[in-house]
Amino acid sequence: MGDAIITAERLVKAYGRVRALDGLSLTVEQGIIYGLLGPNGAGKTTLIRVLATLLRADSGTACVAGFDVHRNPGPARQHIGLAGQYAAVDDYLTGRENIEMTGRLYGLSRRDARTRAADVLERIRLAEAADRQVKTYSGGMRRRIDLAASLVGRPQVLFLDEPTTGVDPASRRDLWELIKELVHTGTTVLLTTQYLEEADHLADRIAVINHGRLISEGTPDQLKQRTGGSVLALSIDDTQREAALKALLDVHGGHASFDNRRGKVVVPASRGVDTLREALHRLDAAGIRPDDIGLHKPTLDDVFLHLTGHLTRAAS
Amino acid sequence: MSTAVHIGVITKRNLLANLRLPDVLVLSTVQPVTFMLMFLYVFGGAIEYALPPAAQGEYINWLLPGIIAQSAVFGSVPTAFGLNNDRASGVIDRFRSLPMARSAVLAGRTIADLLRNAFILTLQLSVGIALGFRWQTSLFGMLAALAVALAFGYACSWIMAAIGLAIRNAEAIQAAVYMVVFPLTLTSSVFLPTGTMPGWLAAFADRQPITIVSNTLRGLTLGEDALPAGHTITGELLTTAAWTLGILAIFAPLAVRTYRRAVS
Repeated sequence: MGDAIITAERLVKAYGRVRALDGLSLTVEQGIIYGLLGPNGAGKTTLIRVLATLLRADSGTACVAGFDVHRNPGPARQHIGLAGQYAAVDDYLTGRENIEMTGRLYGLSRRDARTRAADVLERIRLAEAADRQVKTYSGGMRRRIDLAASLVGRPQVLFLDEPTTGVDPASRRDLWELIKELVHTGTTVLLTTQYLEEADHLADRIAVINHGRLISEGTPDQLKQRTGGSVLALSIDDTQREAALKALLDVHGGHASFDNRRGKVVVPASRGVDTLREALHRLDAAGIRPDDIGLHKPTLDDVFLHLTGHLTRAAS
Repeated sequence: MSTAVHIGVITKRNLLANLRLPDVLVLSTVQPVTFMLMFLYVFGGAIEYALPPAAQGEYINWLLPGIIAQSAVFGSVPTAFGLNNDRASGVIDRFRSLPMARSAVLAGRTIADLLRNAFILTLQLSVGIALGFRWQTSLFGMLAALAVALAFGYACSWIMAAIGLAIRNAEAIQAAVYMVVFPLTLTSSVFLPTGTMPGWLAAFADRQPITIVSNTLRGLTLGEDALPAGHTITGELLTTAAWTLGILAIFAPLAVRTYRRAVS
């Protein structure tokens, strides 16, 4: 375990009666990619906004790079970079001008801003398009220039709020590679995503958040193991689905749910083959015959479904 | 002073938007000039008899100072849209996460709009001169009039900054702003002396700030005779200064507060 670079303790942020953050605590060690997963409205973006000094929590404390974001937001801002849900770059400026401007706002001299911008543009492989106005860029290039702008201050902590939402699959892979490279230079990345595949691919550790609370935390493998070792997936005729879900309540402590993305009834199989046998026995008793049945290692989809009861949006 | 550097950087960014999106600049310059031509030729003939002698019988002499006051106010409106757009596009989130003064984004925006306004007013004055406007005082009086108009427009920019950050929907801003700004310029001395208005309206028109700014500009360019009876140039200048500083004192802190809380 390295040193903690982000610590959040019992953060609460309420909007009217809705608690976007409800006593959330979190620790992120230095130099890793940390993924925040959760259904829409779970509080991921609110957490990022509090940590990035954009929003004050109602109560609780948070430290980023050694600075309290509420009491000492100024110095904290020296060490953070933010790329939000939109590519926050100016269309009518060139890529280079956007980055140099952000560099100047980080307090760099004109010359330093220029050399750093050139350096960052090289790293994100946009050097060739750097002197074109951003309005001529593709969606993926806009995201990359936005990422570059958040890097020009050489932040210790980089916040990425859904960095690849709305980006085509090829550009998504490019962005993933860029984000991975960042960590080699010592930057800690905290990212939110709707794509479980993205979290699985990128994140060293993952926190699953729901209703403003941390409900599980660990490496992707730990989370999968905690889901119960393996998962039983059954194809059952639509007309019998409700009856099957009822029959499969509390099978060795796990409850069946319907995953409409895969079109299957899934049950956490905490005792593996024994759970399979028990499930079949119950279905038999209810007069239900599955068309297909399989036992597999849990994916992050299973983890997510198990923990939040929500289905994720399909990764496009 | 790092805050000054940050303000400079943001001002430059906003000015570049004017230069690189030339259609916006062209439209915002064409509109005030068209306004002037329209009023000059549509109303001019009918109005000349109602003008004070200081206008030398030329409607353009009366109209130009008034329309410069109007343009200064209209020229503050883009501040609202600029900030609204920056918030919607997430740029303000980025700026707020950077180690820079909270006031720099607003100062950079209002200063860029002030410079743009200076360009528009100068252009309008040049067209006015080509159409026959002649100041009756001195070049100094003329320049002072421009400065007064720009200062008042700058103060109005802070009202617009607060509105642009407080209201999310750009169309609602458009409606809110024009609902106030248009009637205010029409019920003023911008186009006509207030003497022919019904008493109750004249009473309002004589006291509202756009009339006071118009009168100040007329006093500075045409002389004291152009003012309503009993008014002095110094008196008008002081009242204009009070309005300008008063608006700044209320709306600058309000805009900064709204900016702090602005969430995209």
